[in-house]
Amino acid sequence: MALQSLDIQRRSATTTPSPSQRETVEVAKLIDVSKCIGCKACQVACMEWNDTRDAIGVNTGVYDNPTDLTENSWTVMRYAEVETDRGLEWLIRKDGCMHCADPGCLKACPAPGAIVQYSNGIVDFQEENCIGCGYCIAGCPFNVPRLSKKDSKVYKCTLCSDRVAVGLEPACVKTCPTGAIVFGSKEDMIQHAEERIVDLQARGYVNAGLYDPAGVGGTHVMYVLQHADKPGLYSGLPNDPSISPLVSLWKGVSKPLASLAIGLVAIGSFFHYVTKGPNEVSKDIEKEFEKEFEE
Amino acid sequence: MKRDPKDLVRYSAAERFNHWVVAMIFILLALSGLAFFHPLFFPLTQLFGGGTWARILHPFFGVVMAVSFVAMLFRFWWLNLMTPSDWAWLRRVREMLNGDDHNMPEAGKYNGGQKLLFWLLVGCMALLFVSGIVIWRVYFSATFPVVVVRLAAVVHAASAAVMIALVIVHAYAAIWTKGTIRAMLYGTVSRAWAKQHHPRWFKEVTGEGK
Repeated sequence: MALQSLDIQRRSATTTPSPSQRETVEVAKLIDVSKCIGCKACQVACMEWNDTRDAIGVNTGVYDNPTDLTENSWTVMRYAEVETDRGLEWLIRKDGCMHCADPGCLKACPAPGAIVQYSNGIVDFQEENCIGCGYCIAGCPFNVPRLSKKDSKVYKCTLCSDRVAVGLEPACVKTCPTGAIVFGSKEDMIQHAEERIVDLQARGYVNAGLYDPAGVGGTHVMYVLQHADKPGLYSGLPNDPSISPLVSLWKGVSKPLASLAIGLVAIGSFFHYVTKGPNEVSKDIEKEFEKEFEE
Repeated sequence: MKRDPKDLVRYSAAERFNHWVVAMIFILLALSGLAFFHPLFFPLTQLFGGGTWARILHPFFGVVMAVSFVAMLFRFWWLNLMTPSDWAWLRRVREMLNGDDHNMPEAGKYNGGQKLLFWLLVGCMALLFVSGIVIWRVYFSATFPVVVVRLAAVVHAASAAVMIALVIVHAYAAIWTKGTIRAMLYGTVSRAWAKQHHPRWFKEVTGEGK
């Protein structure tokens, strides 16, 4: 339509509906952790496509590099060596924005249109509208957005919304050499995941499953996990993520209610004046002092 | 109202200056803060040069507020200690609001309502200051766990809403009670005003009726 090739379904800090006439297919990226070899090609592809470059970091004795998401590294591989009933396992997770159906960042954002959700499910930051308050960071159940020191705007994975808008898959998907990352309609991705889970279960991973957490309405980045019963094994992937009750309280019904209460106090004060009149000095006391003045 | 040499001095110039600095910075804080409170109020950011400028300025306004409010707290806290007669005054506040102050316990320099308001404002300011530091993203938020930041955001929004309501009541009470605003503008009140609204203070400063 008018300004963008993807329709906006939801805008931050906006109480009226966005244009929503067209029907769009919901998309998803599926990351099959069991196929990942930890080569970081996706990290490189992400930086290449998005033209971001992180500062050269320090080796901390592990493969994680950089060791955390940053405003320039929108995806990061996290390597966990864990003991399971199958012995020592190396579980590698590609961390980044999960593109929640019910995004905590969008709920927390006070700037109209700084965070949008396209009708295909992608959650995108529009930095030109960002005011740099960092509320999205407090709102996110996955600890993803990062505030830039350079421009005080917040950045995260866009799911390559610019590529998706013209019918391409995200850069990380395009580059993955083992096919561990696939992209398509959410429906197809769930079906593909089910096939992978059957295969993994046949190989002895009895708890293999799909990570598409219901607490955030499902996500548009999903994982196939060998140990779906314990997402925490994968460098602390939240077990049952949802928007914190504190964020819901802060950004939920309490806002219109508090605004209404403040308005009522103001209007109530005015009508108190109208109904009861001003609190003046009584005539007796006034006369007493007037008399004195005349003397 | 004509100024009378017999008028009573209620506030020194320094006290009035302090009060108005707090009042003006409060208005700037309330307008810029409300802008982030509900989408309805976001256009208020235009008063500060847009959303980003409002976000930058709001916490610095808060620092000015903290300093000037603490100065005011040190000036006035001892005059606002609650006494049994203040609690009795508060129990009868409904009569007062209905326009009948004949049975109200005699108020000193401040009545029970003013004192209670003072301490509620002090409480709100303390909460706002502490939570405001925690959610000041550019400098401090990264040093706190996300749960603490979320809690601080709730506390900040809630205490700000309460404080705005209290200040509306405070300003209205000053408008409602005729002859009060001039105390904060020129520092004086008429003797009749003092005898009517703060009889015990009137006696203290005039030495009358002892």
